[in-house]
Amino acid sequence: MTDIYDVVIIGQGPAGLAAGLYASRSRLKTLIVEKEKAGGQIVTTDEVANYPGSIENATGPSLIKRMVEQAKEFGAEMKLDTIKEVELEGKIKILKGEKDEYKAKTVIIATGAQPRKIGCPGEAELTGRGVSYCATCDAAFFEDMEVFVVGGGDAAVEEAMYLTKFARKVTLIHRRDQLRAAKSIQEKAFANEKMHFMWNTVVKEIRGDGIVESMLVENVKTGEVTEIVADEEDGTFGIFVFVGFQPNTKLFEGIINMENGYIVTDQDMRTNIPGVFAAGDCRAKSLRQVVTATADGAIAATQAEKYIEENFSE
Amino acid sequence: MIELNKDNFEEEVLKAEGPVLVDYWGPTCEPCKALMPHVHALAEKYGDKVKFASLDITKARRLAIKQKVLGLPAIIIYKDGQEVERLSESQATAEAVEEMVKKYI
Repeated sequence: MTDIYDVVIIGQGPAGLAAGLYASRSRLKTLIVEKEKAGGQIVTTDEVANYPGSIENATGPSLIKRMVEQAKEFGAEMKLDTIKEVELEGKIKILKGEKDEYKAKTVIIATGAQPRKIGCPGEAELTGRGVSYCATCDAAFFEDMEVFVVGGGDAAVEEAMYLTKFARKVTLIHRRDQLRAAKSIQEKAFANEKMHFMWNTVVKEIRGDGIVESMLVENVKTGEVTEIVADEEDGTFGIFVFVGFQPNTKLFEGIINMENGYIVTDQDMRTNIPGVFAAGDCRAKSLRQVVTATADGAIAATQAEKYIEENFSE
Repeated sequence: MIELNKDNFEEEVLKAEGPVLVDYWGPTCEPCKALMPHVHALAEKYGDKVKFASLDITKARRLAIKQKVLGLPAIIIYKDGQEVERLSESQATAEAVEEMVKKYI
């Protein structure tokens, strides 16, 4: 307990692991604390085609496995614990977890984000009962059935394409009249016979007794509300939700400067508190991808090292 | 832990007396795989009071849907063949599962 780490990293996704790799390689005493499971959001992704240099057919889990190995090889410690309280203002930062208390000269926040919900009636009650936020987890239930995907960004379209391998029909419901996803992904989606599109449409309510049986959708242009009812033989359909993300930053509210819940940093990943850095999806920035998360992590670790040299050398 | 399938589900779960925990999972479900060792540890700890079982849904999809399971992971406790409590998707953490199991011992 008297141990003081040079760097404690909160979160073991790509940003945290990259920070861990860089920090431990610089011979800093490094700990990565993860509340649940290594990997962050990328572990539920089946295909990682846009991470430069990754092995062929890389999946989220295979990429993370390698990142964990690399960080461990350089000596980063890893621990499962949920941080409940932080004292970041002092020269030595204190992180109070459920299991233990950690002291550190610097802290890198890499807590990531989680999928945003639609926020309509029935959504919470029917989660795990037809409403899903993870295509790789739940696609197998809908073999030869119908599924709807809500959203229009990269994640929505890519996951919809993954679902076409299982479902007989995949309908993308999007509130605008065009997709936000990258053009190359869009082209593939429009060429796929199983893919259908409902434009200018939002989900108003999800209904069902124990499992999803129907939903109400509204055309935002005309105001017309339609009920989509499950095929009688199937008895149900899937609703996969990919409508953006919510940063995991509640712990730092009122302590660290934020913008819409995302942590604000300068280009060196420094927050408003000296010795505290942020990296990855939890940070306010324009592109949230593995490639930008790992870059953030590397910068944060390098800056943490610099900060320690400037503030702790005898 | 008992491995369930289409043939033994009724016997081992629905016709069983006392509490049975069923861990619904699938081979492509990463959160399920992360949770699984914790459930095994709970089976070691509480296995004399609660029966622990797992079902790979890709081998018994219709059966899972009939149990109103359409999302993974799902951890359900049955008592005398009736579902009494479940944790699904992000609710299904190691701690939450242990808390739930403790209620039925």
